[in-house]
Amino acid sequence: MSELIRVENLHKSFGTLEVLKGIDLHVNSGETLVLLGSSGSGKSTLLRCINFMETLTSGRILLNGDAIGSETRGKITYKESDLCKLRTRIGMVFQHFNLFPHMTVLQNVMEGQLTVLGRDKAEAAEKSMIQLTRVGLADKAAEFPSRLSGGQKQRVAIARALAMDPDVMLFDEVTSALDPELVGEVLKTMRQLAEEGMTMICVTHELGFAYHVANRVLFLNEGTIHEEGDPQSVLRNPQTKRMKEFLEGHALFKLPE
Amino acid sequence: MEWNFAPVIANLDILLLGLLNTLKVTGLALSLGVPLGLGLALMRLSQNRPISMISEFIIEFFRTTPPLVQLFWFFFAFPILFNINMTPYLAAVVTFSIQSSAFFAEIFRSGIQSIDHGQWEGSKAIGMTRNQSLRRVILPQAVKRMIPAFMERSIELLKTTTLVSTIAYTDLMYQANSVAQSTFRPLEVYSVIAAIYFILIFGFSQLSIVVEHRLAKSGEGTVN
Ligand SMILES: Nc1ncnc2c1ncn2[C@@H]1O[C@H](COP(=O)(O)OP(=O)(O)OP(=O)(O)O)[C@@H](O)[C@H]1O
Ligand SMILES: [Mg+2]
Repeated sequence: MSELIRVENLHKSFGTLEVLKGIDLHVNSGETLVLLGSSGSGKSTLLRCINFMETLTSGRILLNGDAIGSETRGKITYKESDLCKLRTRIGMVFQHFNLFPHMTVLQNVMEGQLTVLGRDKAEAAEKSMIQLTRVGLADKAAEFPSRLSGGQKQRVAIARALAMDPDVMLFDEVTSALDPELVGEVLKTMRQLAEEGMTMICVTHELGFAYHVANRVLFLNEGTIHEEGDPQSVLRNPQTKRMKEFLEGHALFKLPE
Repeated sequence: MEWNFAPVIANLDILLLGLLNTLKVTGLALSLGVPLGLGLALMRLSQNRPISMISEFIIEFFRTTPPLVQLFWFFFAFPILFNINMTPYLAAVVTFSIQSSAFFAEIFRSGIQSIDHGQWEGSKAIGMTRNQSLRRVILPQAVKRMIPAFMERSIELLKTTTLVSTIAYTDLMYQANSVAQSTFRPLEVYSVIAAIYFILIFGFSQLSIVVEHRLAKSGEGTVN
């Protein structure tokens, strides 16, 4: 398996608050990674550093073996245009969808292809319909986002990211803003993507998803990766005290098996 | 006291020329002031501190100084400073373009800032540059919210242009003054002028209400 993303010694501070204190991780092509961690542990920040929505304080990120940014005398600089190009290869889906309300579903999915990739209209429309079919929303193409349920909105957001043909997809708590009965349809879409071989990094509190879909689980705590491993062992037999506490918090109201 | 509109009707061509000039100055000031205002707003929102501060100064200066002072400055002072010829028409267009651009800049800025930050994030995440996000995602939504303030400001501008009569530009107000003096009928002349301004502005604000309704219906909500 080839290595798609490598994060080396990533540090990220906001002012004096050091959120990430040296993160090393790698994602192989076709792998699904789940990031766990309590609120404020820096999960979003880590994801947002990977596609440079946040600037790194130090460290570096490699995509397909190529370091991002240009290094001169030990200092890495990033060109805005390079970062934009990079973001087309790293799809991101947010907790609050961030669909464009003034565009139809189809226009939402076409937008990046037209404006950023420079595809022509016919091609963009065709690719958009493929992705909308993939997430089960081809029949909603002409609707405006305001007419969709939360779960449908999130699937459109997934289709919009997929339409850019990214190498990897980042999911930041994409089911956290949904009514409980809508969570399943989005997780199902994500599971299907994983099974089709998409490389994914998911921040989620859905331990069931982590257990059944992830190839690896990482537990983020106090700015470092505190524990990691395959989901069966990490979730069933956590090795560290913090991880145990975290899982107990989540399992508190689970029905007995 | 008796009303006699015959002198007004006899001088209708003079008054209509004035109306035309009023509309010309207002229209030009609008078509220059809006893009200029957008430019100032973008400078003001820029991450570059000096650029933002320059724009802030220009905006605040033209919003706080009286328009009559600005007009006199551009008509009387500016030509001395740069040794050029200034006509009343040019001074009027320059003054009101810049003056209204300062107000439009604030309308643009609050419109842009009213758009949820998630819209910037969503467009950035699919690889858009800041400019692309602004053009394709932020402004189309912001402009819609700006329309009431924009209409109100345009009406304000139309009213303020009456000041150009003081530097002898032949707008509606100036023509009214000269007709009133030559005919000794200020009562009828100024009544007619007031009615013209009323019809013009009332018509315009009714139109803006229609436009607002249309947009509110067409746009399928502004929440995502
Ligand atoms: N732009 C920012 N400016 C300042 N501080 C920030 C910023 N973004 C995040 N932080 C801080 O960094 C820390 C980590 O935030 P982050 O959003 O990454 O956590 P998280 O693990 O995603 O939490 P949650 O589960 O609540 O989403 C928090 O203390 C947060 O307040
Ligand atoms: Mg988060």
